[in-house]
Amino acid sequence: MAITLTINRKKVSLDIDSNTPLLWALRDHVGLLGTKYGCGIAQCGACTVWVNGEPMRSCVLPISAVGNAQITTIEGLDPAGNHPVQAAWDELDVAQCGYCQAGQIMTAAALLKKNPHPSKQEIVDGMAGNICRCGTYHRIQEAVQLASKKIKK
Amino acid sequence: MKTTRRNFIQQTALFTSVFTLGFDWFESKGASMAIAAEPGRFNAFLSIDALGKIRLYSPNPEIGQGIKTAFPVVVAEELDVEWKQVEVLQANLDTQNFERQLTGGSGALKHSWDRLRKAGATVRQMMVQAAANQWKVDASTCKTSKGFVLGPAGQKASYGSLAAEASKVPVPTTVTFKDRKDYKIIGTRVRGVDNRAIVTGKPVFGLDIRKPGMVFAQIVRPPFGATLKSFSADDVKKMPGILDVVSFKNKVAIVGTSTYEIMQARQQLTCSYGSDAPLESNSTHQEWFDAGMKSDKATVQRKDGDFAKAIAESVKVIEATYECPFISHSPMEPMNFFADVKPGAVILAGPTQVPQPAQKAVAALLGVPENTIQVELSKMGGGFGRRLNNDFALEAAELSSIIKKPVLVMWTREDDMGGGVYRPAVRYHFKAGIDANGNISAFYLRGVGLNAGNSTRQDNFPVGAIDHVLIESVDQKSAVSTGPWRAPITNFLGFAEQAFLDEVAEAAGKDPIKMRLDLLDRVKSKPVGKITYEPERFEEVIKQVAEKSKWNKKPGIFQGFSVYYSHLSYVAQVADVVITNGKSRVSHVTTVTDCGEVVNLSGAENQVKGAIIDGMGHAMFAKLNLQAGVTSPTNFNAYRMIRGNEIPTIDVHFVDNGIAPTGLGEPALPPTGGSIANAIYAASKKRFYKQPFY
Repeated sequence: MAITLTINRKKVSLDIDSNTPLLWALRDHVGLLGTKYGCGIAQCGACTVWVNGEPMRSCVLPISAVGNAQITTIEGLDPAGNHPVQAAWDELDVAQCGYCQAGQIMTAAALLKKNPHPSKQEIVDGMAGNICRCGTYHRIQEAVQLASKKIKK
Repeated sequence: MKTTRRNFIQQTALFTSVFTLGFDWFESKGASMAIAAEPGRFNAFLSIDALGKIRLYSPNPEIGQGIKTAFPVVVAEELDVEWKQVEVLQANLDTQNFERQLTGGSGALKHSWDRLRKAGATVRQMMVQAAANQWKVDASTCKTSKGFVLGPAGQKASYGSLAAEASKVPVPTTVTFKDRKDYKIIGTRVRGVDNRAIVTGKPVFGLDIRKPGMVFAQIVRPPFGATLKSFSADDVKKMPGILDVVSFKNKVAIVGTSTYEIMQARQQLTCSYGSDAPLESNSTHQEWFDAGMKSDKATVQRKDGDFAKAIAESVKVIEATYECPFISHSPMEPMNFFADVKPGAVILAGPTQVPQPAQKAVAALLGVPENTIQVELSKMGGGFGRRLNNDFALEAAELSSIIKKPVLVMWTREDDMGGGVYRPAVRYHFKAGIDANGNISAFYLRGVGLNAGNSTRQDNFPVGAIDHVLIESVDQKSAVSTGPWRAPITNFLGFAEQAFLDEVAEAAGKDPIKMRLDLLDRVKSKPVGKITYEPERFEEVIKQVAEKSKWNKKPGIFQGFSVYYSHLSYVAQVADVVITNGKSRVSHVTTVTDCGEVVNLSGAENQVKGAIIDGMGHAMFAKLNLQAGVTSPTNFNAYRMIRGNEIPTIDVHFVDNGIAPTGLGEPALPPTGGSIANAIYAASKKRFYKQPFY
């Protein structure tokens, strides 16, 4: 039975197993490859997307549980890359290999949406769920601060 | 590999408006730069079009070390153009035109520095000559700036407008490099050329490869040392989305139309394994370490003086044993590869640090000529050495040849963590003798490694400063596959040695920094035997880190020192530990690196900070256990990776000496375990002898 999802403001109809995790629906069936697989058990955060604006681990979220919710992926954050978080990530040259960064950015952008001017500790805590194997953590934290300043303007 | 090559640079005008220079990245010896008699054998191509757009095809695979940005920075600098004029493209494997198309050993920039500068400077000079010809002035009266040639009477011409004319100018036989004080791009912070693609989620990695008609597959691999006896695939084949289940080389591949369906079907697969020899477990390895330490068949790696006599005569003897387990590389993007094997034409695509060996190995596997195999390079979601082993590419090729379909083989995290090619497990035994003057008179090291090769670095410091040295290694064969892991061997040896020297300093009643400097003084005046390091450069990073870390001048802070030389670079570190509520915490690391000229300050800082965090995380947490040929844990829930709330602040400094650049992807890692362990000791009087610490 087809399931209709709303992804980056577009309706997408999928005729696949409703237990399919959103991550694999996005990657294998919708063709949105920006959301990454890292662990498959909600430990690393590479697959983070927004569901109704809330950051969620798409690797463990079956599409049956998504319903009519608005899904936002890295491709939908700002395709031009001008979201303050994306701009800060570029400006501070955060990425090394870059693989985890879509999840980091989606987590950071959600954090700032809720709390546009977080303290240093709130940033550290808010980003602690996302693993970066290259160890770009300092710049991730600095970039969230920079993005927060950009929002202020 | 050729040893000499005079035809360094070749000029080929493709069409009138595009000026293309091919240059050899690998083989420029001395200053000679003759025009190649015939085209071919070039390593990269720089083009300038009529609009002044400069395109550079970067041959080395990008793994996160920033080479795709650093290479063109050097070319752009000597070309004297603005950074925004440069466009960088990833080249695919091209054995006709490139050499050393690999990423590993922190060697890319080191090998290419002169080639890159020549490539830029040569074209700059040709642009000047073309303009001088046009203006009928002497070339020496012209200058360049931001992609323009400036003439003596105020003339100005863009490189783009000169491209056609410059292509007809003879390639100069000598070129002048910029004085480093005139550098405008080198040494600045240059953002990664792929940043925009990364932040907008563009499909640039191996797992993002999509090709027409492609199917997906996952492969179930046997325990280490086991062979596949039988498997039951009937239930698997009935599962939705499953196209095929095939077996080769003790593996079972499940082929399907989507990842999730394959993951589901995989749960229905039952495999039965057997083995000729008992399968290995942790206890097996402990027995092997014990035996290796007692073995009389160790390979002597180095012998200076008479260690046995010197240790017997020493006033004090310090001994310690260190041990590390197998660990996984765990790049965030697990192994994967695409292969499409058709008669007469094979396409391989994906993340590999070494594309040419992939091509060779697949050619041998399939029995086809190498030139029928095309290798497309994707960006790599990390590698840390894991993608130096092309097992994943071979598997994909073999599977494609069996199912006769283009296929993307994905390793799950569990496959990746359990699939081997680990950092080898090693045990070290150190012994040092101190003489009546408080100096180290005798030094001994035996390394017993499991598939580690020579687990020592016998010509590295403190060797060279000690009269009586004996260094031996034992390599025990294991069914567990191993390979290079970021800073191979030294990632643990560096810790063990720096922790041991801290103990030696304490026993000798010396400050650890003073002890290193005294030893280096000894090397400077009269080194003992062959050494691979330069004592003056060693000394400089030590002195700088002592000053910048306020060594011994921070009340309430416990400090630990280490310094290590690897990949031709020198890194000194001081870690600070604070005690809060009775618990030690590494709060800060000060580090000084001598990697010669820093090409991209932003990328260089990233590499140093990343390597320290990497070294710290793995020293503290990483361990794989082995039970009957199967490793555990299998995922990040139990295999703990360091996170952003566990890191110290890090001060990164570079020695400003203008020496040709050396490696930076690895050298900051080996000293890290030592500096933090020594700082924790200063705080808690607890020594660590095993990794992981916790």
